Amino acid sequence: MNERQPAGSDFLRWGKRLLWANMIFSFLFLYLPIVILVAFSFNDSKLGARWVGFTTQWYVSMAQSEAILTAMENSLIVALASTIIATILGTMTAMAMERFRFPFQRTYDGILYLPVIIPDIVMAISLLAFFSLLLGGVNNLLGLEGNAALRPGLVTVIIAHVAFNISFVAIVVRTSLGELDPGLEEAAQDLGANEWTTFRRVTLPLIMPGILGGALLAFTLSLDDFVITFFTTGPGGTTLPIEVFGRIRRAISPEINAISTAMLLVSMILVIVSQLVQRRTAALSSNSVQETQ
Amino acid sequence: MTQRRKALLAFLLGPGAGWLLLFFLLPGALVIVYSILTRKDGGGVEWIVDFSSYVKLFSPTDGAVINDFMVIFARSLWWAALTSFVCLLIGYPLAYFIALQPAHVRSTYLFLVLIPFWTNFLVRTYAWKFILNNNGLLNTLLQDWGFERIAIINTPTAVLIGLVYGSLPFMVLPLYASIEKLDFDLVEAAQDLGANYLSVFRRIILPLTAPGIGAGIVLVFIPVTGQYIVPTILGGGKVAMLGNLLAQQFGPALNWPFGSAISVIFMVLLMAAVVFYLRSENRDGEAGL
Repeated sequence: MNERQPAGSDFLRWGKRLLWANMIFSFLFLYLPIVILVAFSFNDSKLGARWVGFTTQWYVSMAQSEAILTAMENSLIVALASTIIATILGTMTAMAMERFRFPFQRTYDGILYLPVIIPDIVMAISLLAFFSLLLGGVNNLLGLEGNAALRPGLVTVIIAHVAFNISFVAIVVRTSLGELDPGLEEAAQDLGANEWTTFRRVTLPLIMPGILGGALLAFTLSLDDFVITFFTTGPGGTTLPIEVFGRIRRAISPEINAISTAMLLVSMILVIVSQLVQRRTAALSSNSVQETQ
Repeated sequence: MTQRRKALLAFLLGPGAGWLLLFFLLPGALVIVYSILTRKDGGGVEWIVDFSSYVKLFSPTDGAVINDFMVIFARSLWWAALTSFVCLLIGYPLAYFIALQPAHVRSTYLFLVLIPFWTNFLVRTYAWKFILNNNGLLNTLLQDWGFERIAIINTPTAVLIGLVYGSLPFMVLPLYASIEKLDFDLVEAAQDLGANYLSVFRRIILPLTAPGIGAGIVLVFIPVTGQYIVPTILGGGKVAMLGNLLAQQFGPALNWPFGSAISVIFMVLLMAAVVFYLRSENRDGEAGL
């Protein structure tokens, strides 16, 4: 298993060297920019990219900036709300797709994949057009004007994030439902459990790692989203990526490096948690196989 | 299906399907409708049918065979193709390398490919701006070492670097999945029968990993055509892609019908590409059997 390739000639040795070189180049390419970004968040210089000295002042000014703290809070609200809604709806959808047969199921399956494939900018502008028409219509109908008028903001952003996250959650949960031994559910029902009890006591615990995995993916996608948020948000609905984008367009400043580093840290934590969840899934499924044998 | 099962299905399917219908399909349909309506000053549309957006999109400008919009279409598709190609060139040997490693090391390498996949895209693109900017790290280093500064930010090169950087993990993961499944006994058998390395690669390895290559190209090509962040941050809007054009029409230009028409044609092109890909996938599958 260790050496899967047959031993051989000069040609092979050179091939291996090239593979090594390409691997080192690839990881430098992927990681060097991130390392540089993090390193310079500690650089004691307002301008330019020359190393002057170590400082943590950019983190201090980040933590004291009202705009950034508000944006962080908004990002968390959006990510939490959209993850909870999308995880519930996505899991229900996955159950329907895996455990039922119904007309136009294949068509619906295709539609479910659309938000995953479609470029986000296309979804963003269609939602902009839709919310503008909808809110305009409601405002007209109820005669809302000025400050009372409904505007896009955090609520429209949450709705938009749920719209793309349902698909991601459904896909992930379907995978774990598909891997589940249907014999377990049948056995529970043979022993007299009704559908709800079977779901709650057998299915749900077994697919929980899949649901958690889907929820983590949804949370990350929501936290990271810029394009769809940018086109569906409004006054008071600035999330962290929107705030960062605005700052990047204005000027390069070490403060952006500090915010970026904080965002990278959150991402890293999420990856590690998702890996742990996956390990647990693997452990659980091997356990359930042993138990059934 | 019993009444009870039917009710259960409706309960499970309803909320998700309703959400997608209302906040995904309906907005999509609205864009198609908007594309044949009249522009309204200050954004939005007048509800008067008008096909002029499509005429504008396809009519040549004075003295040029194709207009600026078509140039942006062509550029987006060309750059997406170029990005896919470069990602394949780097990603294939990387995925192959990982697949050759012992099992316990493999997961570490895969994890290293996954991390950028989960990290904020905006932040990773900004990292390149920090490096490539006129007063950025690269130029500071060049100057300190006595070289000329280079103007690379806001050029196609900078945008392409950003596109490849952002897309590489999307290429490596499906490639790895298909290379990992490769039966290396076949490779050995071919070698025992006297095939040299190049023909083993061309006749055995490449055809067997073709599904991974196809999936990787789709996962890179489609999102890149619609990129907005990279051409905005690393191209400064000077080398626009379709994403910029769409944002421009729905933003500062306030020409929603025209933006909608661009979006419709863009979707038609992508659908055609996906159908073409699925067809060739099916054909390969049949040939494989």
